[in-house]
Amino acid sequence: MFYALLCYHQEDVVCAWTKEEDDAVMARLGIVHERLTAAGKLGPAARLLPTTAATTLRKDQDPPLVLDGPFAETKEQLLGFYILDCADLEEALGIARELGVANPGGCYEVRPVGLFLDGGARP
Amino acid sequence: MDAARSIGTTLTAARPQALAALLRYFRDLDLAEEAFQEACLRALKSWPQNGPPRDPAAWLIFVGRNVALDSVRRRAKQAELPPEEVFSDTEDAEAEIAARMDGAHYRDDVLRLLFICCHPELPATQQIALALRIVSGLSVGQIARAFLVSEAAMEQRLTRAKARIARAQSGEGGVPFEPPGPVERAERLGAVAAMLYLIFNEGYSAAGDQTAAREPLCEEAIRLARLLLRLFPAEPEIMGLAALMLLQHARASARFDAGGAVILLDQQDRALWNRAMIAEGLALLEKAIRHRRPGAYQVQAAIAALHARAETPEATDWAQIDLLYGTLEILQPSPVVTLNRAVVISKLRGPEAALAMVEPLGDRLGGYFHYHGLRGALLMQLGRTREAREGFMTAISLATTPAEAAHIRGHLDGLKL
Repeated sequence: MFYALLCYHQEDVVCAWTKEEDDAVMARLGIVHERLTAAGKLGPAARLLPTTAATTLRKDQDPPLVLDGPFAETKEQLLGFYILDCADLEEALGIARELGVANPGGCYEVRPVGLFLDGGARP
Repeated sequence: MDAARSIGTTLTAARPQALAALLRYFRDLDLAEEAFQEACLRALKSWPQNGPPRDPAAWLIFVGRNVALDSVRRRAKQAELPPEEVFSDTEDAEAEIAARMDGAHYRDDVLRLLFICCHPELPATQQIALALRIVSGLSVGQIARAFLVSEAAMEQRLTRAKARIARAQSGEGGVPFEPPGPVERAERLGAVAAMLYLIFNEGYSAAGDQTAAREPLCEEAIRLARLLLRLFPAEPEIMGLAALMLLQHARASARFDAGGAVILLDQQDRALWNRAMIAEGLALLEKAIRHRRPGAYQVQAAIAALHARAETPEATDWAQIDLLYGTLEILQPSPVVTLNRAVVISKLRGPEAALAMVEPLGDRLGGYFHYHGLRGALLMQLGRTREAREGFMTAISLATTPAEAAHIRGHLDGLKL
């Protein structure tokens, strides 16, 4: 089963990290990422640029409306995601806990994937 | 990151919003700062036990407001009560506070707080120092190091600047606490954007051993620009400003050699440029351009973007950059813009055409380091060695940093060969 791990955190807090703090978090996460990759559990993952760089297309009207910023103002923002290949929810939560130790604060939403298309494009 | 460190980061992040709201309640900068400090102390005690609140800024506003009200009441037993209307805002605030934090209500608070710091009576350096102290919460020591003055001198400057603002606020010309109208809001945004770019340039212009003390200024300016953008997401010039700063700061690691000497753009190791910052800058610029409301920051960001996109110096699209400088000369006419355009002309049409553009600027830029530096470099390219040397000597006498002077001395050494 594929699970999406949606990473939410307060963006102004993450943006206030110093470079050293950011590097330290990424280094700790890197160890977990390596282990997950070796175990064949890790699918595509991404860290997103700040929500200030986001644009929203409201398609519930015709023509659709283009708005600046993320779709909703929330206390915590979607800052990244992982796709994980896990046997069950327990395993996915276990990985989420492990990532959470490396990167405390905010929350992970664990969400089963319904359709997964690996289009092949790579950054 | 340990728990205390993480609380510190949260408090820093919440500071502009919390302080801005407290200023609206108390209408007094000192009282607002005191309230915020006290709320932070309580957070350090309470958060490790109870966990951090879901909305730290709202928590700090709520606690800060109550603590300060208590202290005002205590003091009032010895002194006369302040006029009732000073606190009229706070009467029903408790119930509303959560809702206020969600919406656009507090965006004008943050803008007002920043705007108060850029009071026109204050010289630019004081505006910057004040914003860094009050809005960003940098320590007096940190700011003093950035400005190369003693801590005591900076403390004194800040105290004077605050007193001046307090005087202005209590007089006719004070910044009102009502939500601003659209025209006023646009004016405030313009003034605040200019101040953020000043903060950025204080950091960006640092060289040599100052770099470490001043680099936080660049990061702080970017952080505040992102904050403004979250509050005013559809302002193309704020997007342009943020993009400009990100695209320039992306080159930070490539701008100086190990000895602290300047490395010019076409000699920089482009592999050292920060790709994430460039990506964010380009994304913001793309968004800004969609609005079709050009402005000076967007045009400057577009110029920086063309440099960022060029994988080698030779791949730079100088013709497009020249067009953009032409636009900038219309939007923001200044001899410095024309001087920068002359650099582009030298790439496109050679040193002679560039020199023809530079010479007429002498009247207005005669005291400007970069004018003499560029003029000397163009004369050198044309083989007019004696005049080039004179130009370089004048440039050195006008240099504002040792790195600038060292760079020109490099040219002079080249001339002797």
